[in-house]
Amino acid sequence: METQTINTPKKATKTTERISGSEAIVRCLIEEGVDILYGYPGGAIMPVYDELYKYQDKIHHVLTRHEQGATHSAQGYARISGKVGVAMATSGPGATNLITGIADAQIDSTPMVCITGQVPSHLLGSDAFQETDIVGISTPVTKWNCQVTRAEDIPSVIAKAFYIAKSGRPGPVLVDITKDAQFAEFDFSYEKCTKIRSYNPVPDTDIAKVEAAAKLINAAKKPLIVWGQGVILGKAEEQLKAVVEKAGIPAAWTILGASAIPTSHPLNVGMVGMHGNYAPNMLTNQCDVLIAIGMRFDDRVTGSLNTYAKQAKIIHFEIDPAEIDKNVKTDVAVLGDAKTSLDLLLPLLNETSHSDWHQKFKDLYAIEYEKVIKNDLYPTKEGLTMAEVLKEINIQSKGEAAIVSDVGQHQMIACRYADFNVSKSNITSGGLGTMGFGLPAAIGAKMAAPHREVVSISGDGGYQMTIQELGTIFQQKAAVKVVVLNNDFLGMVRQWQQLFFDKRYASTEMVNPNFVAIAEGYYIKAKKVTKREELAPAVKEMMESKEAYFLEVCVEKEDNVFPMIPSGASVSDIRLE
Amino acid sequence: MITEEKQLYTVSIYTENNIGLLNRISAIFQRRHINIESLNTSPSEIEGVSKFTIVVNMDEVNIKKIIGQIEKQVEVIKAYYHSLDEIIYQIAGLFKIKSELLFEERQIQNIIKESNSRIVTVNKEFFVLEKSGKKEEIMELYNQLAPFGIMQYTRSGLIAVTKEEMKISSLLEAIKNN
Repeated sequence: METQTINTPKKATKTTERISGSEAIVRCLIEEGVDILYGYPGGAIMPVYDELYKYQDKIHHVLTRHEQGATHSAQGYARISGKVGVAMATSGPGATNLITGIADAQIDSTPMVCITGQVPSHLLGSDAFQETDIVGISTPVTKWNCQVTRAEDIPSVIAKAFYIAKSGRPGPVLVDITKDAQFAEFDFSYEKCTKIRSYNPVPDTDIAKVEAAAKLINAAKKPLIVWGQGVILGKAEEQLKAVVEKAGIPAAWTILGASAIPTSHPLNVGMVGMHGNYAPNMLTNQCDVLIAIGMRFDDRVTGSLNTYAKQAKIIHFEIDPAEIDKNVKTDVAVLGDAKTSLDLLLPLLNETSHSDWHQKFKDLYAIEYEKVIKNDLYPTKEGLTMAEVLKEINIQSKGEAAIVSDVGQHQMIACRYADFNVSKSNITSGGLGTMGFGLPAAIGAKMAAPHREVVSISGDGGYQMTIQELGTIFQQKAAVKVVVLNNDFLGMVRQWQQLFFDKRYASTEMVNPNFVAIAEGYYIKAKKVTKREELAPAVKEMMESKEAYFLEVCVEKEDNVFPMIPSGASVSDIRLE
Repeated sequence: MITEEKQLYTVSIYTENNIGLLNRISAIFQRRHINIESLNTSPSEIEGVSKFTIVVNMDEVNIKKIIGQIEKQVEVIKAYYHSLDEIIYQIAGLFKIKSELLFEERQIQNIIKESNSRIVTVNKEFFVLEKSGKKEEIMELYNQLAPFGIMQYTRSGLIAVTKEEMKISSLLEAIKNN
């Protein structure tokens, strides 16, 4: 089949200027409102870096210590600001190092544009130095990707990249630009992309479906809302709160939905899923109507699908048609963005209180408190718990800090115990579970929202996967608070080994370095806490610090995270011990 | 009624004509361990719009999910699935056979005549026979020719038009006017 190159229409109307492809790339980014980008230079992207040098008063390039760090920083930037994060790398290894972050952004629906340099077009396919087929490699983990070999295609492709990354269900986009296209000169003009004929980012909300949903909700005796990140991405926090309050529906959240409604809200009944709260998991299998809003029934949320909410009518508010009936068969599917749909829903709902039903949540919370929470927050044993650290951070930050966690036990504890009183405050790798995400993501978040307190919480394992980004913190003077909860184990894997592999601790014990010395090596203030009485003052000192601060807390080595739904079990088989 | 039984379906995908889209679409099948029985790409009835015709053996529950994943791709305009009885389809087979057999084996001439196949070319060494039809018809011809010796044999992907109207033109018109 005949294949066309990129179809860039000739423009006669706008004034044009003759510039190089590389300058055009930087000008396009500025046109898209990019103020900060994260990246790492190298041969095939050098012309662009030369232009970044010229435009440094308009756009700030952050040199990370590894390209993976650049993607996670761009993700942190995007997650806290709602804007598109941008990462840049050279060809070959530079480009392949972006892949983990791209895959992470894809599964967590994070808007990100990655720009990679590529070998000159005449060398494509010749196994040239630092050549990789990054378009081929990134295809399954990008929302869209494209290789540009002609300078004149750069503006239209970058415009399309930003439009695709941020519209509808957001995601990562990669644009690969050959070095000859960067050098070539052409007549530049820029026009933002607002429409692609084959792409319908936000399906129309069908009012009949909203009415059907309202009818089910109004008839429900035991309704339960489970909301996800779609509420945050769709800026529908207020709408969700209004629906929850008017209809008096207990509302639980997925890990990425956290913070859309404050933790302190009386109708917020906690987290669902593998290490979520007892009540919403148990009562998923007792509710009569389950209202899923902007979530995708991930297996970590549902446990076994054969026993998931079988008694309930399922309503699914969702922007992505491919999610409907993917995992859980719905009775009413309402397509569209959460804000529009919930705005239409609200006036159709009856005011209700469902107080008997609420009592069930309170009763089950009391059980969880007695069996788990009390021991986590107020332990009687000598060793420190991870939850105690979160408790101190809550006190010092008044629950207004953005918590950027890594992956593992500490992540589950952070999500369970952090107070989220401001939306977009839980930045974590949910779908991909990328160890090493936390530290660089926190850098991106802090730079995007310098007025906010940003606390990076990692375990001793994940922290060492991207520990070199301490260099970025130092160079950028990013006032990130870095907490490592050190149990000298890969704790989550160790927990599974204890529970499911007869305590055979294969390669989970870590012999760790002097973390304080490493932080100090990067000229970052650092402290280590091993005793309970040292914890509160140390957290206070950290939170009061105007600069970056590193705090290592040595916690109990073999603590487990509970509640827990064993892999493949039913949500109502959740274990408290 | 959605059936859970596996059967052959054709997936018709209308797309922008773009490098890399084939990779994106085939990855959707590969990820789920679905073997593609045949695949054809061609221009469609609409200028500038390409059409993929893919044949897979699946159940309807899962093919619906696959269609969702395909339509999610930015450069896919629309995707449909049809069972074989909902379409008119053809497959082509090509057979390369030694020319001497054409003159020495009377039976071959009869096979050609009865099978409604067509001689595409003849030269001193070989002749090429073309047969279009359903897979079974081509296989029948193959089985008849095989005892005489087939030098080369190949079968195309399935191409199809639907019995029902495809609303792709009106869809594109609606997008344009939106």
